[in-house]
Amino acid sequence: MNGLLIACLLVPMMTAALSFILTSDVKSRGVISIFGSIALLMLSFILLYQVASGGPVSNQMGGWQAPMGITLIADMLSAILIVVTAIVSLCVNVYAVGDISRDRIAGGFFTFLNMLIVGVVGAFLTGDLFNMYVWFEVMLISSFALLVLGGNKVQLDGAVKYVAINLISTVLLLTAIGLLYGLTGTLNMADLFIRVPQVENQALVTVVAVLFLVAFGIKAAVFPLYFWLPASYHTLPISVTAVFAALMTKVGIYALIRTFTLIFPGEHSVVDTTLLGLGLVTMILGVFGAMTHSDIRRILAFHVIGSIGFMLLGLGLGSALAMGAAIFYMVHGILIKALLFMIAGIVGKLGGSFELSRLGGLYQERPGFSMVFLFAALALIGIPPLSGFWAKLLILEAGLHHDAAIVITFVIIASLLTFIPLMRIWLEAFWKPQPLESGPKIVESLDSDIIVVENGSVKSAVPLVVPPNLYIWTPVLGLSAVMLIIGLMPGKIIELSDTAAKTLIDPSAYIDTVLPNRSAAPGNLNEVQK
Amino acid sequence: MNSLIFSTISRLLVGLMLLFSVFLLWRGHNEPGGGFIGGLVAAAGIIVYGLAEGPGMMRKLLRIAPQTLVLIGLLTSVVSGLLPLLQDSSFLTGMWLFIGATETEKGLGLGTPLIFDIGVYLVVVGGVSGMVIALEEEL
Amino acid sequence: MEILLSLLVGVLMSVSVWMLLSRNLVKFLFGLVLISNVANLIIFKVGGLTVGAPALITDGGSAEYANSLPQALVLTAIVIGFGLVSFTLVLAHKAYQAIGTLNVDEMTLAEKRQDPADSEKSS
Repeated sequence: MNGLLIACLLVPMMTAALSFILTSDVKSRGVISIFGSIALLMLSFILLYQVASGGPVSNQMGGWQAPMGITLIADMLSAILIVVTAIVSLCVNVYAVGDISRDRIAGGFFTFLNMLIVGVVGAFLTGDLFNMYVWFEVMLISSFALLVLGGNKVQLDGAVKYVAINLISTVLLLTAIGLLYGLTGTLNMADLFIRVPQVENQALVTVVAVLFLVAFGIKAAVFPLYFWLPASYHTLPISVTAVFAALMTKVGIYALIRTFTLIFPGEHSVVDTTLLGLGLVTMILGVFGAMTHSDIRRILAFHVIGSIGFMLLGLGLGSALAMGAAIFYMVHGILIKALLFMIAGIVGKLGGSFELSRLGGLYQERPGFSMVFLFAALALIGIPPLSGFWAKLLILEAGLHHDAAIVITFVIIASLLTFIPLMRIWLEAFWKPQPLESGPKIVESLDSDIIVVENGSVKSAVPLVVPPNLYIWTPVLGLSAVMLIIGLMPGKIIELSDTAAKTLIDPSAYIDTVLPNRSAAPGNLNEVQK
Repeated sequence: MNSLIFSTISRLLVGLMLLFSVFLLWRGHNEPGGGFIGGLVAAAGIIVYGLAEGPGMMRKLLRIAPQTLVLIGLLTSVVSGLLPLLQDSSFLTGMWLFIGATETEKGLGLGTPLIFDIGVYLVVVGGVSGMVIALEEEL
Repeated sequence: MEILLSLLVGVLMSVSVWMLLSRNLVKFLFGLVLISNVANLIIFKVGGLTVGAPALITDGGSAEYANSLPQALVLTAIVIGFGLVSFTLVLAHKAYQAIGTLNVDEMTLAEKRQDPADSEKSS
């Protein structure tokens, strides 16, 4: 019936396959991949338009009606996130053409990158828990491949930790799905909304909910399950880090939002309080972690964790207002993380290192680029009128609405503290004069075929690094423009995320789309909450 | 492995196993079997051959690079899913062609699930043998 | 039979958790193989055990049939688990070659201890 949802999955999948089969030329592979992501971006905007005008869109695979078959469904939340994913995919694809080394592309970099996008989009679109597990695996396997592609020692070391913890999360997720199936006899998420309250043994339901919390919590890098993230992200080529930091953890958050609004809504206050507490701790620890590091990539990796905390807060508070704030924060968080990591990549290319103590003088050399970094940093911190400000303002508003003084206090503290590590990057890498070190030192590999040799000062190392080219500047500037527009005109996106939040709180539209013939639902289904 | 007996037998075995894998693929159309299990048997046959003759010969036997085989298989499966869209059905809906069907007899049914299974078969053969080739070349 | 299977799940789960806690990467890997099979067993068990009945039946076939969904789920999970485990095996092998150890405590290349004296390399 509706081929749009399928197309959103098939376009990146075909791009992945075709970019590898059709050509072995490095540039052509990149071009095919870029065209694929442009197509995905257009499809995602059509999908967003359809969902915004006509409510959730669904499709039953193979003509098997729900809850028997596998359902694909896009409600507002999925549609927004797919648009954002497509934007990130396009930016990273372009950036990768300029950044990723030849041997990595020959090894199938673009194939794995596009398969990763397939997994992410699939996870956003599916209406079936087991299918979600499968998409998670598609995403995970592609991410594994990207992790080790062209791997040096450090990369392999990071990969071992990443793989180990993610596999445990996979097994937990599978176990939770199995137990939930045993309790309810269905895995269709809309059907689960109806069946889970009918389960006699509600204590067991809570146990399953906690299993889901742990499994998705590992993926989302929630305290105390986040150690794999700062251990692995900084070992990767910057394009890969950008796409991981932007998307991977947010898929975990999406899954948490989906499961805890649709499958385990409301009643399990224990879990909700836990989510709130975890959100607070994750937020603060992310910022503190960022302060202790001096490698730009690791500072940013901890900021990824910090922003996860903000999103969890929205979910933990649980009202439509808070959920809308969390969704807006997700949009902001995904885009700003991709932007910051791509900027960090340029810093690395210009300065020859990611280590703050070795960097310096970038403002003198590149005042224009410095302004781009300053803009992105201020947007992350939340200086009005940039996007981070609106995101945090919405969370604060939701906190005020709930009289949650502790939430407000923590959000303000975390926001203020975010200032410190980012301004440290600004002061050290951009503002201070270039450090002069003595003697030829350090062989740092930015990439498998780019070796930086420091000789006397950082400046002498620069010519050895490939200078950033047009492929690298375009996505950075483009994404900055998008962020600027979001910051200046947040109204439309806030409106969309509020609609998404309302569908989450009252999923009757979602349920009716998946199960059109199911009118005999529990009473609370049609109860419209504000 | 330099063993005359093993290398002689492996040539026999690889033929038998490939034949059996196609049988399994075909049988999966209506009964237990199918592309995945067929692909595994085929890959096992290729691996036996590779153990005897070395990974270079495995590549020769496959003719196409294993990664390409995986992606061709993926495309085949996707195309089989797309065909029903022409008929205005959902993605992956089975389309059937009954050859020689009469009033009473169903005839020989050929359907898009078979194409899908062939795709899966190629993915599995390419994936598993690619993995083993990579390991063998490494060791 | 169901109780026996539940006990088996419990025993295997505790064994695999014990192995997952090991510092040796290979032991960890075996633990992983075991625990993913435990997950499969759980799905298989909660789907309900039907003895001696087929999952695929023909028109007007036997009245008794097994629930085919758990079987399909387990098959999918086995396939995915197979892929993941073989990837991890290769990764462990590669990591051993590159780093020279299988003890995860000694794998500290990516996260060097922040030592003021040791400023020669940090990434």
